[in-house]
Amino acid sequence: MLSHFRPAITMVLFFTLLTGILYPLAFTAVAQFAVPSQANGSLISRNGITVGSALIGQNFMRDGYFHGRPSAAGQKGYDASASSGSNYGPTSKMLLERVDADVEKLRKEGAAIIPADAVTASASGLDPDISPAFAGLQVERIAAARHVAAERVRKILDKHIEKPFLGFIGEPRVNVLKLNLALDANLGSGAG
Amino acid sequence: MTAVGWFQIGVLLLAVCVAARPLGRYIARVLQGKRTLLTRIVAPVETRLYAIAGVDAKHEQSWLDYTAAMLAFSAAGFIILYALMRFQAILPINPQGFPAVAPDLSFNTAVSFVTNTNWQAYGGETTMSHLVQMAGFTVQNFLSAATGIALAAAVTRAFARNAVGTLGNFWIDLTRITLYVLLPLSIIVAIGFLISGVPQTLLGSTDATTVEGAKQTISLGPVASQEAIKQLGTNGGGFFNANAAHPFENPNAWSNMLSIWSMLLISTALTFTFGEMVGDSRQGYALLAAMGILLLAGVGAVYAAETAGNPILAHAGVDVAGGNMEGKEIRFGQALTAFYVAATTGLSCGAVNAMHDSLTPLGGLVPLFLIHLGEILPGGVGSGLYGMIVMAILAVFIAGLMVGRSPEYLGKKIEAREMKLAVLALIILPLFILGCSAIAAVLPSALAGLNNAGPHGLSEILYAYTSAAGNNGSAFAGLNANTTWYNTTLGVTMLVGRFAFIVPVMAIAGSIAAKRKLPPSSGTFPTHGGLFVGLLVGVILILGGLQYFPSLALGPIVEHFLMTAGKTF
Repeated sequence: MLSHFRPAITMVLFFTLLTGILYPLAFTAVAQFAVPSQANGSLISRNGITVGSALIGQNFMRDGYFHGRPSAAGQKGYDASASSGSNYGPTSKMLLERVDADVEKLRKEGAAIIPADAVTASASGLDPDISPAFAGLQVERIAAARHVAAERVRKILDKHIEKPFLGFIGEPRVNVLKLNLALDANLGSGAG
Repeated sequence: MTAVGWFQIGVLLLAVCVAARPLGRYIARVLQGKRTLLTRIVAPVETRLYAIAGVDAKHEQSWLDYTAAMLAFSAAGFIILYALMRFQAILPINPQGFPAVAPDLSFNTAVSFVTNTNWQAYGGETTMSHLVQMAGFTVQNFLSAATGIALAAAVTRAFARNAVGTLGNFWIDLTRITLYVLLPLSIIVAIGFLISGVPQTLLGSTDATTVEGAKQTISLGPVASQEAIKQLGTNGGGFFNANAAHPFENPNAWSNMLSIWSMLLISTALTFTFGEMVGDSRQGYALLAAMGILLLAGVGAVYAAETAGNPILAHAGVDVAGGNMEGKEIRFGQALTAFYVAATTGLSCGAVNAMHDSLTPLGGLVPLFLIHLGEILPGGVGSGLYGMIVMAILAVFIAGLMVGRSPEYLGKKIEAREMKLAVLALIILPLFILGCSAIAAVLPSALAGLNNAGPHGLSEILYAYTSAAGNNGSAFAGLNANTTWYNTTLGVTMLVGRFAFIVPVMAIAGSIAAKRKLPPSSGTFPTHGGLFVGLLVGVILILGGLQYFPSLALGPIVEHFLMTAGKTF
């Protein structure tokens, strides 16, 4: 056993330097040079201000914006420094209470069919996307809040539905942040 | 379930097999010390390293020596990782200024990474500095994976060689696997992740002002380089709390494909390596076939259960067409989420792209059961192969009992000593999984950590010990496992699950290596045909099923019926 002492220590130190320091640092340098946008988190800015990341969902509460899915990340949801799902099991009372409340809210807005993603929390709490069905539900509310024809909102939404990768991998989806930025760009910002 | 969904699964499986075959042969060349494409670059580094470390490149080790070297290496890795976490506050590259990690959590986490478990009792972005993530976790992602492959190589040599006392040299296997296989593959996969949007920066976080004017702090880090080896090495410890469900670890459908592909790649390749090294590629195909059948059954079961959805929510007015979406991300889709769930537990990866705690009862039963089966479908890198070989030994033994002939595997007689050791290795896991779960289920301080009541709470406890003993690392994450009780008992369970399994397996390898290789005769049971594959599948199912079925009946199965009846807790 004692004869293994020297190789054990030497190897751990050597590989720590190689795979723990050299590999990530060199890779960071190359990444920052080659694809700085992705390497820094795909940030989006508007008028010189960073408004978020294209990959990370954020809270939208106002009626004039498309809302994301319920989120369990952090205290208020969409805390991008504390990703988390709800971890409610399928027979959890707390799950049912949360879903009931959200279903009721959507019904008040006139929804007939409630898409599953509209009332369920994502795994990361930071899901940037919603299903086209959930987005479609919200068009009327947004049009009313912004005092524009629903057709105009629907047109912007249709342009933002992303197809599955190569046509069959993954699901069709709508990036909520990009869509809301497009709303502001086309219909004027603020939206009461 | 849809045809498009199954098509996605099929394409991905095909992509794994297409890449695994040449990789498997390449790994065999690396382990046999033959020349490869990278020899010119790597060989000088190798030679110098052996000189500094005092390793004689010509010396081969006995099973005991090989195992002792592996244990010494793991111990050294543990000490350094533990120290990195305990001294985190005063070490550099800590942009968020995190304090030292508590002793029990450091113990648990260091054990977890050294044993290739990567159980996360911590939230990555809220606890660990970039230095710990890079110089600690990333390093062990490489080394624990290389250790597993080295052990699999030693066990393979036992069957390949004729009446010898040695199994290779641990230090050389370890070095060659890391330098020739893991590091180059990691660089390639990390580039793929980077392009798809996974960040790679030394910044700790960045602040954004959201569209509605709130402040959003977005955690960042050197994620791509770590994500690559985390998947390739079937480690599974996420940079972020939400693991591969976090958009920065897994930004889109394409990265999700890459994520699944890379976690299945090496373990699948090793079955080809096995066939290559024992000189009969059909032997590798037979193992792969048994793995594939069981894994696909698991994928199908999760896919069916999750798309059927949750009747309690359907009753509340939710459209069931989307399936169960609690704890799932939109961009992956149900098919590749189901594949991920089954693959990460058929392997010993433990990365997750959905929250297993929120799966439907039967959807959650599958990952639990796949770990119970021994994580050999196709299992962790290396550990999957040597685990499968133990099952194969058991299968030929049972076949031998049925026809009254002395059992052989690959020309080596399986005798009393090997069988005793195989059973010893197999009995340890249920002892710890069921024993610790039983204690936790009556201990008030352990029950306080539960996030869900009713049978789901029992599933949370059972899953924790199953995941630890199987060195998987995925979780029913609602369980608050960052307590002294869980950190300590789960840490010990991980140690036992890794090393108490390895030592008997290496002892089997030692005694097999010493035996003469018998030429096949008319009485030899062929271990490459459909009959053997069927027998192997049967042995795996019966062993896993009989040991754990009662506990599964009390957890997920009873929960399924209660869910159907609309009962909540």
